[in-house]
Amino acid sequence: MQRRGRGRIAYPYVVWMAIFIVVPLFLILFYSLTEGDIHNIKDLKFSLNSYNRVLEPIYLKVIGNSFLLAGISTLICLIIGYPVAMIIANTDIKYRNLLLMFFLVPIWMNFLLRTYAWMSLLSPNGLVNRFLLWIGLPKLEIMPGKGAVLLGMVYNFLPFMVLPIYTVLSKIDKHVIEASNDLGGNSVTTFMRVILPLSIPGIVSGITMVFLPAVSTFVISGLLGGGKTPLIGDLIEQQFLSSRNWHFGSSLSIILMIMILISMAVMSRIDSSPEEERRKI
Amino acid sequence: MQKAIKRVYMSIIFLFLYAPIIVLIVFSFNKSKSRGQWGGFTLDWYIDLFRDRQIREALYFTILIAVLSTLISTIVGTIAALGINNMTKIGRTVVLNMNNLPVLNPDIVTGVALMTLFISIRMELGFLTMLIAHIVFSIPYVILAVLPKLRQLNKHTAEAALDLGATPAYAMRKVIIPEIMPGIVSGALIAFTLSIDDFVISFFTAGTSATNLSILIYSMAKRGVKPTINALSTLMFLTVLILMLIINKKNDKGEDIII
Repeated sequence: MQRRGRGRIAYPYVVWMAIFIVVPLFLILFYSLTEGDIHNIKDLKFSLNSYNRVLEPIYLKVIGNSFLLAGISTLICLIIGYPVAMIIANTDIKYRNLLLMFFLVPIWMNFLLRTYAWMSLLSPNGLVNRFLLWIGLPKLEIMPGKGAVLLGMVYNFLPFMVLPIYTVLSKIDKHVIEASNDLGGNSVTTFMRVILPLSIPGIVSGITMVFLPAVSTFVISGLLGGGKTPLIGDLIEQQFLSSRNWHFGSSLSIILMIMILISMAVMSRIDSSPEEERRKI
Repeated sequence: MQKAIKRVYMSIIFLFLYAPIIVLIVFSFNKSKSRGQWGGFTLDWYIDLFRDRQIREALYFTILIAVLSTLISTIVGTIAALGINNMTKIGRTVVLNMNNLPVLNPDIVTGVALMTLFISIRMELGFLTMLIAHIVFSIPYVILAVLPKLRQLNKHTAEAALDLGATPAYAMRKVIIPEIMPGIVSGALIAFTLSIDDFVISFFTAGTSATNLSILIYSMAKRGVKPTINALSTLMFLTVLILMLIINKKNDKGEDIII
């Protein structure tokens, strides 16, 4: 009786969630399926026009670009980040926390500031180019453009890849690795058949934690892409803040949510399949 | 040999991570206003920082909102977690799924959805809407931090307290709350950092009357940043660094640091 009664103290929060989490999402769904003056609800009528507009080649290209750039940056983060996680996990315990801390300090800085700093580093007369000129290499002209956007994504989200992989790697029982070595596995086989499979949960959550913010960003593309490579986030921001076309903006948001849901479902499948195999053994 | 490769690799990574921060710090002492030119050493931007009304106001809003939203979302989130923990299985699943929506949804969708709501109910965008938005996205993290601690809680301790004559409120204060305190603290820390660092959701819900630091930096970055911002980021970086060093020192017994 005590238990049943105490469940009720969560009800105010349930009401809060209904108002500020569920209703707003339904509003987005509602606006995506209607057209007309947004300030006059009586004037709105059902329409799929804004979804049709999403299918126009120019917008499909934007959506494709977002997923492509987010995918590439996730892959780069994985390739660069995995060794980092391994090195940190294998560092002597005395220095490990310090190393991890110095790795994480930058993400505590406002990320707009860091992105802004890259703007001055990468600009045509920026420090990177001066350095390249000084050592006699050709200029790097990636800003504004896709290259700079990719760099910004990798820079901002790399820690989110390293952290979960590090957590998983540091929990692997050292005896398992020793056993593999004792049984004649060289370092490559040990890595491929023992360490890598055991770290898949970390990789999966790393991929989700990088891909999700990368695919929906509008800050990085806005600052480093110079409007040349608009992403779906830029498009949504434009529709809500400058074009004031809530219907189109809402359909784009719904599409973004659905595509993210699909990618997450795929990722959780990958995460669970080795688990099942292991259980079978 | 292998060790050398590791060293070089980590050095490159750290150079990549710290290059922009070093640039901000160096240019905060730069006399010349341009981002590429070194015009001599100066502390003018630091003096400017304390005079600049815009930056001061943005800093004030950022901290005020972070403190208020952390306070409110920690209290509400902890109470909600206590309730959720005592719900039936179906109720708990439904509530937790709703609770997870702002965690899983891209920030931009949460931002535009809340903005749509506020404008639809004719609420003027400003300080209050930004505060509500911050509470909305913070509570879920508090609940996710507190719930595991409640699961680990030994039911019998609270029952023993009640049997020994404690009122439910007294048992809550003296038995349950101290047990779940680590979860509450880490929930509050997450809420605070998320609020301080948030740009996207604030951007959509703040309107024009309230500006936090992130919004100010964004609008400045599009137009060209005042070097004052470099000075501010240097101070922010030092604060973070010192805080982290203190936390690390306290946790020096080989435990993982709190992130």
